[in-house]
Amino acid sequence: MISRDVDADFLALPLQACQDAALSQARELGAEHADVRIVRLQNSSINVRDARLDGNITAVDSGLSVRVLVDGCWGFAATGEISAAAAARTAQRAVTMAKVSAPLVTQRVVLAPEPVHVGTWVSAYDIDPFAVPEAERIALLAQRSAELLAHEAVSHADARVLAVKEQTFYADLTGTRTTQQRVRIEAEYTAVAIDASTGAFETMTTTAPPVGRGWEYLTGTGDTVGGAKAWDWDAELVALPELLAEKLHAPSVEAGSYTLVIDPTNLWLTIHESIGHATELDRALGYEANYAGTSFATPDKLGSLQYGTNLMNVIGDRTVTHGLSTVGWDDEGVGAQEWDIVKDGVLVGYQLDRSMAAEFDLPRSNGCAYADSATHTAIQRMPNVSLKADPQGPSLDDLIGTVDDGLYIVGDKSWSIDMQRFNFQFTGQQFHRIKGGKLAGQVKDVAYQATTTDFWGSMKVVGGPSTYLLGGAFNCGKGQPGQVAPVSHGCPAALFENVNVLNSVKEAGR
Amino acid sequence: MSSQVLPTPQEIVESGLSAASDIAGCVVIVTCSAIANVRWARTTLTTNGETFSVSAAVVAIVGVDGGTAAGSVTGQVSSLSDVEELVSNAIDAARQAGPADDAADLPEALTTGDWNSEPGLAMSDELAAVTPALGGIFLEARKDDIEHFGYAEQAVITTYVGTSTGTRARFEGPEARLELTAKSHGRSRSAWAGRSGRRLKDIDVAGADQELRQGLHWQGTRIDIEPGRHTAVLSPSATADLIIDLYWSSMARDASEGRSVWGRAGGGTRIGDVVADPRVTLSSDPSWSGLEAIPFATAVASSAASSVFDNGLPLHPITWIERGVLRNLISTRATAKEAEVPLAVAIDNLRMDVDGAGGSLADVVARVQDGLLITCLWYNRVVDAQTLLLTGLTRDGVYVIRDGKVVGAATNFRFNDSPVDVLTRVIDAGDTVPTLAREFGDYFNRAAMPTLVVKDYNFSTVSQAN
Repeated sequence: MISRDVDADFLALPLQACQDAALSQARELGAEHADVRIVRLQNSSINVRDARLDGNITAVDSGLSVRVLVDGCWGFAATGEISAAAAARTAQRAVTMAKVSAPLVTQRVVLAPEPVHVGTWVSAYDIDPFAVPEAERIALLAQRSAELLAHEAVSHADARVLAVKEQTFYADLTGTRTTQQRVRIEAEYTAVAIDASTGAFETMTTTAPPVGRGWEYLTGTGDTVGGAKAWDWDAELVALPELLAEKLHAPSVEAGSYTLVIDPTNLWLTIHESIGHATELDRALGYEANYAGTSFATPDKLGSLQYGTNLMNVIGDRTVTHGLSTVGWDDEGVGAQEWDIVKDGVLVGYQLDRSMAAEFDLPRSNGCAYADSATHTAIQRMPNVSLKADPQGPSLDDLIGTVDDGLYIVGDKSWSIDMQRFNFQFTGQQFHRIKGGKLAGQVKDVAYQATTTDFWGSMKVVGGPSTYLLGGAFNCGKGQPGQVAPVSHGCPAALFENVNVLNSVKEAGR
Repeated sequence: MSSQVLPTPQEIVESGLSAASDIAGCVVIVTCSAIANVRWARTTLTTNGETFSVSAAVVAIVGVDGGTAAGSVTGQVSSLSDVEELVSNAIDAARQAGPADDAADLPEALTTGDWNSEPGLAMSDELAAVTPALGGIFLEARKDDIEHFGYAEQAVITTYVGTSTGTRARFEGPEARLELTAKSHGRSRSAWAGRSGRRLKDIDVAGADQELRQGLHWQGTRIDIEPGRHTAVLSPSATADLIIDLYWSSMARDASEGRSVWGRAGGGTRIGDVVADPRVTLSSDPSWSGLEAIPFATAVASSAASSVFDNGLPLHPITWIERGVLRNLISTRATAKEAEVPLAVAIDNLRMDVDGAGGSLADVVARVQDGLLITCLWYNRVVDAQTLLLTGLTRDGVYVIRDGKVVGAATNFRFNDSPVDVLTRVIDAGDTVPTLAREFGDYFNRAAMPTLVVKDYNFSTVSQAN
């Protein structure tokens, strides 16, 4: 892995001058806490349709924000202008905002303490995607799309790649001053099969997860570290058309109760929705009640809630190599950490920011504050939340081999969960029947539906390290105004018993 | 400390077009976003913000081997040299992109809006239009052991579009939103009210609070209802979330390729088919009072829904479904030609009318013998694109209607149903009114929808959430 520095053109911005202007202005106006963030986000999006460019854009979003606490009340203001004068004005606006909002405050905000940090951190990647000529990036997507289209089963092929470079400077009144650069990439190919005679169509999308890596991920190179695996695109793309053809003509699933073996390419999303969001302390306390919702896993259940079987061990971290939520420090200047969320099936930990850590009487936040741009204030966001593999657990083949009659689910697709994280429903890309311990052909129209603790309580086998994969998403949504956050979830394959499977065609009343 | 003088939106546009004068064509889009917001939970402030940002998008159009290419770059601008850099980068992106399938001459010159005006603002003092009323509501709520959660936002998005063919178009779009959630009885009861409009000062905060208290009161009586197919009375907000999903799934290109609910077996689209109850009409018009939307095409990147070559195209009223018949699907000039359908560029508002319907939500409830009143829907996702089957959940209030009256509250439910099928099962409807879609209001907040009574709505399973 190449050791990198923060780009020189970001460091050339007037970071020190903005810091000094904003923090001194905030202090003069009476703020007991103030922080300034300067953020530059570079985004590249390329969409290829049937091996031809459909749309592409490169966007740079940069700006400066100041957040203050005045008499225990937050004030936040932001601007797209990065200069000392703008920083001072923004600090004034933030203090004004705190004063305008004061009538709504009934509970003063206090922040948990954090040691002072001064440093620089850069994520692990080899090739800056923005340094690769756009023509080369388009050509790779087009070439692979053409290979898909060459198969008779494929009527259309869509391809897309998103690349992000995120640079953040943070400073606060305590003296913390951090500079960070993160690179991440997401790519997928979707093959479409159409039966012109009936009008039926099916799609199948690659299962490669988004990761905190550079362009090397798209070329199938790069290192494999734990669950963060270099991806064999060629192997997956060669197999995709045949799998799609089989799915188009596969029988529709019989609704009922099934034993499921869930691949990590699908299970990561179930973890995200039913564990990741449910163990955000801001949700559990009610901060998101008007929008993203609350959680059944309320603080009174900490240490006692049986979340799942005793095979269930879930950690939160902002440290795993190539993780999408991995940082050096969070957006409140808190150092990256790892901690238990579910241990032996019992809820033991939450995701915190500094205000919630203080409210919870904890000595320190575990570093989950994040803002997706300079124009948004930091809120508590999800770290990497991962289900640990069983060190002695089975391989995938051995796991499937234990099932007499069931389904093996691969890849994510549709997802939905209720406002307290009880009732969820997921679909997938591939649904393979298991008969007598062996895969026995695909079925289609599958959706699985469960209540969170019932589902994790039905987990009877956790796969071994060979089945472990770091999955994730770029676009986890939360907050008002809405923010998105990238997050990874590592997990092994696992076996669940007696899960309710719906037939989506019958659900549609057809 | 010196203060830098930033270029105006007009200067950015002219500078960009000037820098691109020797290429085949250019579009410069300047978006000025002014947003003030305040958020609360547990009856106290949680976050707030006042932001102002200006971003410029440059679409460079160049001749390349085999045709015409486009390249798009966006970024913040603090000097005119930044604009020149954007243009240079956009030209480079275009040359690397290769010929565009949607290439076309840019539309003829369009002049609309008050081009020379400054961008609109949304300052923190606009929040003062609602914070005193909210403070009063909080005070009363605490006396009654009611917790409040919510969000108020005033945004003004001003868009300037200039093209090398002479278009100079400006649109200022104020957007206001108020959402209130109230919980009581140890959070076992939960109600929501949402309002959208152009200015916060015009929103009736007290009326929203009354709606919450009514909901919490109704939830005092719990009635067990088994999952299954029931008559649903969808509030305007719930209707909006279903119909917005349908709108976003109505691309002409996807339909003509046979990969959408609007595709016809054997090829082509279902335009001209009866697809809904004959009383239902779905339409968009950028000039509607109270739902004013940007009246010209803007696109920073091409897709099935938009083309960078259409920038500046004037938008006209479109009927998507006319008295049950599918009339139009979203297209660009290029996809309309490819799919052989009428041109219908997407408009950022949506209205549904039901012939012969009328009355407030309460009036509609009074006409229902047996049904479930749904306050709002949440986490709606497409399960099957073939049928546009959606799954999602009810939230913050499912009320049992018997003989025209609300008699209590049921649990929440997960639903699995298709908005396309829903439009064939309409029993009754109310007045079409402006509404805030609970889930998609973040992205689409110019909707006018009726309360919709739908038979056999598929409530798949119970959700324990409350």
